Amino acid sequence: MISFFHVCLIIAAALLIISVLLVLIRLLIGPTLPDRVAALDVISILVASIISVFSIATHQAMYLDIVIALALITFLGTVAFAQFIEHQLGHHKEE
Amino acid sequence: MENIICGILILLGAIFTFIASLGMLRMPDLFMRMHAGTKAGTLGVSLILLSAMLEFSIISVTTKAIIAILFFFITIPIGAHMLGRAAYFINIPLWKNTVVDELRQYFDEKAKSAE
Repeated sequence: MISFFHVCLIIAAALLIISVLLVLIRLLIGPTLPDRVAALDVISILVASIISVFSIATHQAMYLDIVIALALITFLGTVAFAQFIEHQLGHHKEE
Repeated sequence: MENIICGILILLGAIFTFIASLGMLRMPDLFMRMHAGTKAGTLGVSLILLSAMLEFSIISVTTKAIIAILFFFITIPIGAHMLGRAAYFINIPLWKNTVVDELRQYFDEKAKSAE
């Protein structure tokens, strides 16, 4: 007998995996560099969601630490890419 | 009863993140894509963390989940703002049916003063 909670977990995991595939298409076909950086940002949000669902499904509270560390690293990466785009590519455009 | 609330929260979070990724794929413009991806994604991951908080009901897990939710709510809009600003400055093309661009008049002035 599968309970309602397990059905919810399975449907959520399937939806999240399909979401990662959809954003991966955008990461591959994205016309410009900021498109790809935004897609990487959303992929990191999706990976954090998948880790949270996995932590709920296996009753291991320790995985929630990974979510915090992943959020920190992703924020640093996005800020670094934004600075790179604004400074480097902006100067090349003017020349 | 608690399990049912947790399951509904997980399902809502997964649906919101799915809508976010669908918007990432289908929207015609970088700024619309970021509008779809960041806001719905933040709400989705926060709902899933809220469900983890309800499911474990231990004080350490509750603290971790609240810290993670606060961190997502602070950092994702800041990252999206910086990325959108940089993308506007290197003249990423807008959608062809865009009606109004209110930043354009200030942006030209700023570029002149920057040179």
